[in-house]
Amino acid sequence: MNDKENDREIKELLRQAIAPVKDTELRRDLWPQMLRKLDEHPAASAINVPWFDWALAAILSAVLLLFPGTIPALLYHL
Amino acid sequence: MELLAQFAAGDLEAFEVLFRQHHKEVYAWIVRIVRDSGIAEDLTVETFWRIYKSRARFRPDGNFRAWARRIATNAALDYLRSARHETELPDDLACAPCEDPAVRGERRKQIKEAFHQLPAKYRLVATLALIEEEPYESIAEAVGISAGLVKIRVFRAVRMLRKKLSPLRVEAVAK
Repeated sequence: MNDKENDREIKELLRQAIAPVKDTELRRDLWPQMLRKLDEHPAASAINVPWFDWALAAILSAVLLLFPGTIPALLYHL
Repeated sequence: MELLAQFAAGDLEAFEVLFRQHHKEVYAWIVRIVRDSGIAEDLTVETFWRIYKSRARFRPDGNFRAWARRIATNAALDYLRSARHETELPDDLACAPCEDPAVRGERRKQIKEAFHQLPAKYRLVATLALIEEEPYESIAEAVGISAGLVKIRVFRAVRMLRKKLSPLRVEAVAK
């Protein structure tokens, strides 16, 4: 049996084993649950800075502190 | 457009309107990935919570539906990564009629285990592409990758399954 036939057999085996979800209808109102979640976790301010931006800022600050000579070069390129 | 601008500005009423317009579709998408209605409900709320939190980053001229689906996919993927859970399987598999029920049960168990051992990102695309038969383009948009990469992940998922299931298939052939 070649690779393609093997792959086809695996796909068929999987389809036979796990059926598609038939019932995808939502039967209850989730808005009350949504409101509870909003109450429990008040939204952070609209300006939500991702963690990697903070990490980048920290690395940049460290570089500037360790190598102050790079400050003029940085300013020149801004 | 105005509704989306109001939502992006933090208007809760605008958010409720968007929630009511889109939450059923978001739920239907998530339940096909996680295959559990209770978890899908929780993840739908989680999705809209993430949507509300990142409203400032949403461009009012953008496509809210596509954005919501991508966030929903990420929420479902986070769930698959964090949870070891069971996928419901149908009672009777389409095995050979003469096959011993014990062998059939064993095959079901092994397929189930092999599928759950797949890394989450492969299980996600394999579920959508192979079980739910969702087009590659649609999966690509939801996951935020190219259709070509979806195809590669499906291919790799099949190869991983093949490797895990090969002893079972050898046994089945021998019988």
